[in-house]
Amino acid sequence: MSKPMLSVAGVKTQYGKIIALHGVDLDVNEGEIVTLIGANGAGKSTLMMTICGTPRASEGRILFEGRDITHMPTHEIMRLKIAQSPEGRRIFPRMTVYENLQMGAAMDDYAHFEGDLERMFDMFPRLKERLHQRGGTLSGGEQQMLAIARALMSRPRLLLLDEPSLGLAPLVVRQIFDVIRELNAIEGLTVFLVEQNAYHALKLAHRGYVLVNGSITMAGTGRELLESPEVKAAYLEGGA
Amino acid sequence: MDIFLQQLINGLTLGSIYGLIAIGYTMVFGIIGMVNFAHGDVFMVGTFTALIAFLLLTTLLGITSIFLVLAIVLVVAMAFTGLVSWAIERVAYRPLRGSFRLAPMISAIGMSILLSNFVQVAQGPRNKALPPILPDVIVVWDSGSYAVTLAYKQILIMVVTAVLLFAFWWLVQKTALGRAQRACEQDRKMAALLGVDVDRTISLTFVIGAALAAVAGVLYLTYYGVVNFADGFVPGVKAFTAAVLGGIGSLPGAVLGGLLIGLIETFWSAYFSIEYKDVAAFSILAITLVFMPQGLLGRPEVEKV
Repeated sequence: MSKPMLSVAGVKTQYGKIIALHGVDLDVNEGEIVTLIGANGAGKSTLMMTICGTPRASEGRILFEGRDITHMPTHEIMRLKIAQSPEGRRIFPRMTVYENLQMGAAMDDYAHFEGDLERMFDMFPRLKERLHQRGGTLSGGEQQMLAIARALMSRPRLLLLDEPSLGLAPLVVRQIFDVIRELNAIEGLTVFLVEQNAYHALKLAHRGYVLVNGSITMAGTGRELLESPEVKAAYLEGGA
Repeated sequence: MDIFLQQLINGLTLGSIYGLIAIGYTMVFGIIGMVNFAHGDVFMVGTFTALIAFLLLTTLLGITSIFLVLAIVLVVAMAFTGLVSWAIERVAYRPLRGSFRLAPMISAIGMSILLSNFVQVAQGPRNKALPPILPDVIVVWDSGSYAVTLAYKQILIMVVTAVLLFAFWWLVQKTALGRAQRACEQDRKMAALLGVDVDRTISLTFVIGAALAAVAGVLYLTYYGVVNFADGFVPGVKAFTAAVLGGIGSLPGAVLGGLLIGLIETFWSAYFSIEYKDVAAFSILAITLVFMPQGLLGRPEVEKV
């Protein structure tokens, strides 16, 4: 195996005196779907944001394609072709769906805008119907689709997805996971996925990590984790 | 009727100037949530830059075409004032971002005092006058006892304002820079996650706001023919009032507010008392803040969460 695309080594993140991540180590290889599962408050979103430099890691190193991005400004990190669909979706509420998608494409210099727009409509036909509506007026599911589409518009090499299933109807969740699987299988898109919905995430992912109170406690292939008694007990029992 | 028409013309002229200044307040407030108290003085720097450029061009270089002079003066004033505002943001506001909320505001008041004192020392405390520019008027309507006139410079002011507002609207609504600006205004962190250089966008917002204030400065100078180091204060606060009245953060609101304040001030002077015109304008500020703090066009739409 060559070097990983994204490598997080000994990363510690603090909010003031509160330590959110205690030295996290994790790799994402090119072409993989890797998932990070964990309970509320385990630090999943913090790790996702720390990769993007906001907040900054207080210790450790983050490499993307061999480059140290630990201290780079956020916008420069993202311009290396990392895209994030963040926690809470963060759609621009007073911009139309079209403008939100344009914001995504800005990083790609609008080079493939028209074609990519059509692709997004194929994946998420609802966005086409809502194209000139303001982001703030969309439903939760539509906003989630828009957040993913906006991230994809930048033609990322690495896609970071933070809880794409949160608060969505099972049918929409399945649709979104199908899209992720397809993008990975057909286009070789590398995906790092944070999920509470452990069952679906582990079924989708090649590999997974379990985060507990800011530390990685387990790692393995999706199947291994799905079958592990600890994971079953903590994240799958009664849930899924 | 004739006096009414005349005051309408005068009010719209004055209102155009306030509107141009108000955009700078409202844009900066929109993007970093701060009232830039130095903005009025940035406008005053614009008027002085215009004055100096005008005198240099006409007396030293002997250019006689008034439109050529005005065009050059506009460009010089916009560039220099933009630079001043850029420097202020860089030195006095950016280091305080992330500090407690009052810190940049206090810093802004400091910058305001610095600019007006600097101009007072460098240019002297007395009024500076220009020879009259574009003194001709058109008689719009003559009732026999009273002639309603429209001065060439009033036409100039309204035309320049309209053209600039259109260009500015296009910039904000249709260009990538304008989108980046609106994105920073709505969610700065997300904008950064989409590769927007937030610091640069904020800097540009200050520059654009200052450039519009500089245009207002040139027009103000053309209109009144005199400037004074203290001229940043009252027009500045009135433009701020305009921004609040229109709904701070709203660009069309700033223009609407500017026109309304210009009209209120002019009509008040004509029909009631000219001595109390500033009181009238500032009462509007107080009344708006108490009864309609969101202003006329501030954030009407309901957002789903």
